[in-house]
Amino acid sequence: MHAPAVTTGRDLRLDLFRGIALWLIYLDHIPSNVVSWITIRNYGFSDATEIFIFISGYTAAFVYGRAMRERGFVVSGARILRRAWQIYVAHIFLFAIYMAEISYVATSFENPLYAEEMNILDFLKQPDMTIVQALLLKFKPANMDVLPLYIILLLLFPPVLWLLLRWPMLALGSSLALYVLTWQFGWNLPAYPEGSWYFNPFAWQLLFVFGAWCALGGAKRLAPALQWPATMVIAILYLGFAFVIAMSWYLPEQISIVPHWLEDLIYPIDKTNLDVLRFAHFLALAALTVRFVPRTWPMLGSWILYPAILCGQHSLEVFCLGVFLSFAGHFALVEISGAFWVQVAISLSGIAAMIATAALLTWYKNLEGRSPGQRSKSPDADLAGGEA
Amino acid sequence: MKAFIALVLAVSALAGRALAVDPPSCAVPDSLFFVDSNLNRVTTAVGKQHRLAIAVFGTGSSTLAGADGPSLAYPARLEVALNQRLSNVMIRVATRTKVGQTADGMRRNMKDLLTDEKPDLVIWQTGTVDAIRRAELDEFRAALEAGVDTLHTGGADVMLMNMQYSPRTESMISVGPYADEMRAVAQQRDIPLFDRFAIMRYWSDEGAFDFYATGKDNGLAQRVHDCLGRAIGKLVIEDGHLQTFVNKASQ
Repeated sequence: MHAPAVTTGRDLRLDLFRGIALWLIYLDHIPSNVVSWITIRNYGFSDATEIFIFISGYTAAFVYGRAMRERGFVVSGARILRRAWQIYVAHIFLFAIYMAEISYVATSFENPLYAEEMNILDFLKQPDMTIVQALLLKFKPANMDVLPLYIILLLLFPPVLWLLLRWPMLALGSSLALYVLTWQFGWNLPAYPEGSWYFNPFAWQLLFVFGAWCALGGAKRLAPALQWPATMVIAILYLGFAFVIAMSWYLPEQISIVPHWLEDLIYPIDKTNLDVLRFAHFLALAALTVRFVPRTWPMLGSWILYPAILCGQHSLEVFCLGVFLSFAGHFALVEISGAFWVQVAISLSGIAAMIATAALLTWYKNLEGRSPGQRSKSPDADLAGGEA
Repeated sequence: MKAFIALVLAVSALAGRALAVDPPSCAVPDSLFFVDSNLNRVTTAVGKQHRLAIAVFGTGSSTLAGADGPSLAYPARLEVALNQRLSNVMIRVATRTKVGQTADGMRRNMKDLLTDEKPDLVIWQTGTVDAIRRAELDEFRAALEAGVDTLHTGGADVMLMNMQYSPRTESMISVGPYADEMRAVAQQRDIPLFDRFAIMRYWSDEGAFDFYATGKDNGLAQRVHDCLGRAIGKLVIEDGHLQTFVNKASQ
């Protein structure tokens, strides 16, 4: 990995892989979607969420790290909090759309076979409680867990960034210690009506802080280790192991290729608390990617990858659009047809809509004289190319 | 476009009529059954005493509304199906359902179930409420394990039953992770899982039922429950190794 010197331009690989992660998250969020078989969660332990959170940490440190060096703690901290606020507003907007969909289902679908499933609508009976809990980020409908995680991570980011700029190893060590303590003591934030957060912020912060650490010189430190053949061998072996385990999920119960002692050892693979197996799987993927996709890879400038890069450069808007489109896509599958070709058509047109929206946003930015990937004179670092 | 819509409507109307005339074929392929577990209690009770006491322990989706709901819901249909196929065995299926109970809530009431019904087999239907409430997966799993152990200690065989396939609420209720936990617990404790989700999904894909249908059509729910009852009966016979007791006529 090349050292992302704080003054040089943007690493397009970040945009590329974040864009791809956004597409995969969209595909995974449409239930019973044939196309979601291509996404990485089916072939190993980690999924697109890890990529998204890591790159978000990386870009946040890249953008706000520079701001903190140039303008100080207060200014950069204020910008980070403004970003957190924007994401909060986006999350509440998505919640409103979710409410609209679920209310429609509540009034139009009265199949007696599903009387029990209709209890999902119980919260409509007590909107006071539900809406307040949603505003507090405690009530989160299915598939709406990533943005609240992102909000918490950004809220806590100013002091973390401060520490990362001074004593990077201490910051990373503290993050790791928090992760270990979280596993030890089972810390998490409470959710409504019961349980706790689906993405435990105290565990997932490790990935975010690790991304930030890489952006602020950590990647440079790791670069020699990534060149060792041993690193590659271990990464490939581990990915192969994860692949075999993942394949065993799709075999009939009668054929068990995984020995019992191994099952006892690895299961459950805990997504809520960012299981070590998932984290390691992401690291192995990242190590291979960094090795085989150099920063100067010519394809990064080609038109084939441009759509994904565009989406990655407007990640918040495209992410929100993806959540909305996955609701809408499922709605269409239910109301029109769930046929194979409809699933494919909805998947492709959703991605096309994400690309078109990203292109439109770039057009707007260009109108205002700022283009992605280019540092503008405006101090508005978080809205210029380096969207965190 | 209009012609296309008209055609689609005509075809679906025909399909609907065909369904109304013929009873739907709701056969379940063997690959969807967990047939390598042993229900030893069931084998013994039928083999030695020629009787079998089953208790269905479930939530809302084990019931049907209305005055004749209890006789049309799958527990009663299971009793009918088993009595038809095992006519020399005294079969009794008791039902214990409570709407809105999580797995953990049910686990607390298990001792009562054991003392009241003294079942040879408990069919534990759960998971839907936990998925709706987004209960913590660790706790869900712990409740399942503790519940299965309580039932085993109390001398009953256990069969787990997971959620219904409900395409319209799929984006709102994240059923998958809970179904995975149930599968894992069934595998670990070596007990059968009646994979209601996969079976209903199969019926949907095969066109046996239209689970997207809206409106208060009790007929669909009743036919589905009848099919579920028969499918559970088949699994009880397989895993209880009761083939020798099956009437020749009903095979």
